[in-house]
Amino acid sequence: MSSASVTEPAVPRPRTGARHRDLRRFLLQRLGTGVVLLIGITLVAFVVTHLVPGDPAAANLGQRAIGDPAAVAAFRHQYGLDRPLPVQYVVYLKNLLHGNLGISEQSHRPVLTDLAEYIPASIELALFAIVLSTVVGVGLGVIAAVFSNRWPDNVIRVVSLAGVSMPIFWVALVAFYLLFFKLGWLPGGGRLDPTQNPPTHLTGLFTVDAAVHGQWALFWSALRHLVLPGLVLAIYTVGVLTRFTRASMLEIMGNDYVRAARLKGLPERVVILRHVLRPALVSIITVAGVAFGNLLSGTVLVENIFSWPGIGQYAYHSAINLDLPAIMGVSLFVALVYIVVNLVVDLLYGVIDPRIRLS
Amino acid sequence: MGALLQVDGLSVALPTRSGYHKAVDDLSFAVDAGEVMGIAGESGSGKTMTALSLFGLLPNGARVTGSIRLDGTELLGLTSKQLRAIRGRQIAMVSQDPSTALHPILPIGTQLTEHMRYHLGVTKTEAMTRAAELLRTVRIPDPEQALRSYAGQFSGGMRQRIAIAVALAAEPRLLVADEPTTALDVTVQAGILRLLDRLCRERGMAVIVITHDLGVMSAVARRLYVMYAGRLAEAGPTSELIARPRHPYTRGLLDALPHPEAGGAPLVPIGGSPPSLGRVPAGCPFHPRCRYAQPSCATDRPEPRLIADTHLLACPPDPLRAAPAAEGGQDSPAADGGQDGRAAP
Amino acid sequence: MTVSARAPLDPLGTADAVTRRRRLRPVTPVPWRRPLALTGLAVIGAWVVVAIFAPLIAPDNPLAQKFTILAGPSAANWFGTDELGRDVFSRVLFGARITLPLAVILIVSAMIIGAVLGGIAGFFGGWVDNVIMRLADLVFAFPGIILALAIAAALGPQLRNAVIAVVFVSWPSYARLVRSLVLSARSAQYVVASRLLGSSGLRVLFVDIRPNAAGPVLVLAALDIGNAVLLLSGLSFLGLGAQPPTAEWGAMVAEGAQNFNDWWVGLFPGLAILTVVLAFNFIGDSLRDMLDPRTARAMRV
Repeated sequence: MSSASVTEPAVPRPRTGARHRDLRRFLLQRLGTGVVLLIGITLVAFVVTHLVPGDPAAANLGQRAIGDPAAVAAFRHQYGLDRPLPVQYVVYLKNLLHGNLGISEQSHRPVLTDLAEYIPASIELALFAIVLSTVVGVGLGVIAAVFSNRWPDNVIRVVSLAGVSMPIFWVALVAFYLLFFKLGWLPGGGRLDPTQNPPTHLTGLFTVDAAVHGQWALFWSALRHLVLPGLVLAIYTVGVLTRFTRASMLEIMGNDYVRAARLKGLPERVVILRHVLRPALVSIITVAGVAFGNLLSGTVLVENIFSWPGIGQYAYHSAINLDLPAIMGVSLFVALVYIVVNLVVDLLYGVIDPRIRLS
Repeated sequence: MGALLQVDGLSVALPTRSGYHKAVDDLSFAVDAGEVMGIAGESGSGKTMTALSLFGLLPNGARVTGSIRLDGTELLGLTSKQLRAIRGRQIAMVSQDPSTALHPILPIGTQLTEHMRYHLGVTKTEAMTRAAELLRTVRIPDPEQALRSYAGQFSGGMRQRIAIAVALAAEPRLLVADEPTTALDVTVQAGILRLLDRLCRERGMAVIVITHDLGVMSAVARRLYVMYAGRLAEAGPTSELIARPRHPYTRGLLDALPHPEAGGAPLVPIGGSPPSLGRVPAGCPFHPRCRYAQPSCATDRPEPRLIADTHLLACPPDPLRAAPAAEGGQDSPAADGGQDGRAAP
Repeated sequence: MTVSARAPLDPLGTADAVTRRRRLRPVTPVPWRRPLALTGLAVIGAWVVVAIFAPLIAPDNPLAQKFTILAGPSAANWFGTDELGRDVFSRVLFGARITLPLAVILIVSAMIIGAVLGGIAGFFGGWVDNVIMRLADLVFAFPGIILALAIAAALGPQLRNAVIAVVFVSWPSYARLVRSLVLSARSAQYVVASRLLGSSGLRVLFVDIRPNAAGPVLVLAALDIGNAVLLLSGLSFLGLGAQPPTAEWGAMVAEGAQNFNDWWVGLFPGLAILTVVLAFNFIGDSLRDMLDPRTARAMRV
């Protein structure tokens, strides 16, 4: 070694075992934060739903409550409404740990059962929408960045801006009217045709279940039914992802190392995909993760119009009827999704960006 | 003359809000194989635009006129595809800031081999072997491990060495180093300069060093071109320019350098600041800041004139013709032996 | 080793730093070179005029049920009539009187609450910072609609409660932004310089930090106001916001969903929402391009 390297520190050597250990520690940390967040969510949900100025009993029993004090008392006792709030909360938490989310006041079934029935429909819809949005959104964003300030960029920018400006419930209505009612190109509601039975149950996602069991007619039907609500849901997210991808890529393209790649004489395609898009993916996945959460909330506005039996409709009816256990069940589910998505995103970070892995 | 790179009358005009303005104005120079040549000037002098024009990578909308010939082939007017074949393979550049010039998330091995494979067509294993060899050449310890590492794991000086290795990977004949030591600690600068010098000698490569730091120049460059506001101010052998500068601007640059023998006397700055694009004064661009300015300097545009063997001067009044050797300036190994008593041993 | 002169008594450039602070970037936007921003301003301007002068411009009383129900667009009713025989055009015009002022109130409230909480968190740090940020995280964890849904439902289906719900969902972004601005400003050269020159903490906060924080916060507000309108009308669509017979655009689209045969009932109110949100987004985007130093620099070349 020459004297030139004496003044400079040696290269740190990450041993391969250390990398796995780092990743594991990272995940555990995230998991821990997630659990804390979950508890926080239950607290928030609990507090919010008990903000009700009125009496949940009155709201749920309706007319009968007014005339029958015994029914009211029974109701209050059943749900522990006659005990102090903190105790109610502890009772609730204890039940949770046993997998008991309470009984829904609308369906009179365990909330867990309700959730199990409605969740897969929304998951299928959200997954369809997110895959569609990501492919289209990132693709358009890359095109916009590459053709920055020329006509393809300008067109894409206006289109994506329009996408995030549209009220999703209105788009649903317009799409329903045009593509189903007037043109008849796509089915207008439900997950399958009224005469069809669902495929053999595996995941609850009809497309997956049908494909796995080779029930192709059902597969195509389920897919066709997914298109309209999925497209509507995807519009906003495509807009968001396009704008974000474009901005991310433009920012990266201003960096020295991109110019350095061109100076090396590499073809433009390599420069864009390997040197610009890859680092941009880190922030793009974050946004996609957030977008997934937003898609779930979008279902509240869209499922109604397309008669989609999912969590969105369930959340809406629960909120309207002040079905406390159901509301808390939905909130918990949403928080859980948020935590899982964050974990997945964090994992992907580590794969794509070595800086994060090594810090 | 058979110079490797011959630039004649290069002008680069950039679009601004108030129209096109020249960032480089009628510049001519030449570099031979195996020679280290320096382009000196402050920010805004057009040095980086000159470098980028060699690669055809000027900002969108830039207008270039003149001639750039690499080994006889005219570079201006080539198609993108032709230019891409030249970038990295015939000419390579080492950019200013090592912390931003290397890609943060691609492994060093990839950054070293991607253009190597594209230009030289070697297999992946062969490329990696060559890459390790390159790292050894630039004195990076444990090259195999380094190939799998990332830019963030190295110090500034090492990153600059790696950047140099990247530039060398496709075996270019001309290396352009833009402010190679500016972002580095003083203790590390000497090592980088020695490296550049050695590479030039060992490989017969031509090197253009671009910097505002005349101290760096005097250490490596044999010939020096001093630019101001996009135009050539003075050009000639480094030792001569440093010992007896003839352009007031060159003199000013030297006077502003700290000199070990000056004994704590205050530095003498050049009053004012360099003109921004579009605000270049008429006549001689330096005249508002020049101690020796005459009325004709505000109207007549100075053209470079040959005043000695290879010494060009763009200053018609030539006020420093009979001046004694400059106050500042360090010794260069390329010094031609003392021309007057000031040259240190 | 640069040649540009530096006054020998100011080695750190402190004087420069303080002067830099005083040359504040103008916060008022300069939109005349940007067609998108101009269009946005024009559209919003038009809607503001409509909102103010609706009683004079609208051909009919928005609550008057005097026409044939569910009649298509005609000379008498440009946008047709709804299921109670009211003129849709008049209702759309009057809808501006609800959506526009509420959106502004909403955003200003969220901005103030968020900025105050974020400023406190950033400035004092410690457990105060932690508590506020955890709270913000919790709110962030819920996708907007669901939380707003829960709150609005809990408080009762009323327009006022819908506004409260959306404010509750929106403040964390401002808090986070202001907090990070305060944190980075605290260690910025011009603040350090100011304190070296003797300014007290509060003065630093208001005189030095606030003007430079105003820009990003306003950009966020401009970008956010469109979302606020979408959320608010979304809640009304679900029946948790404006109650009948109020002519609010979201509620009108809901009515359109009930009668989807009669396309005009839901189309026009939705178009109104779209134009307003689009216009706000045009303005917000242009503001951001102008005030974001990186993008601004790229455009000057």
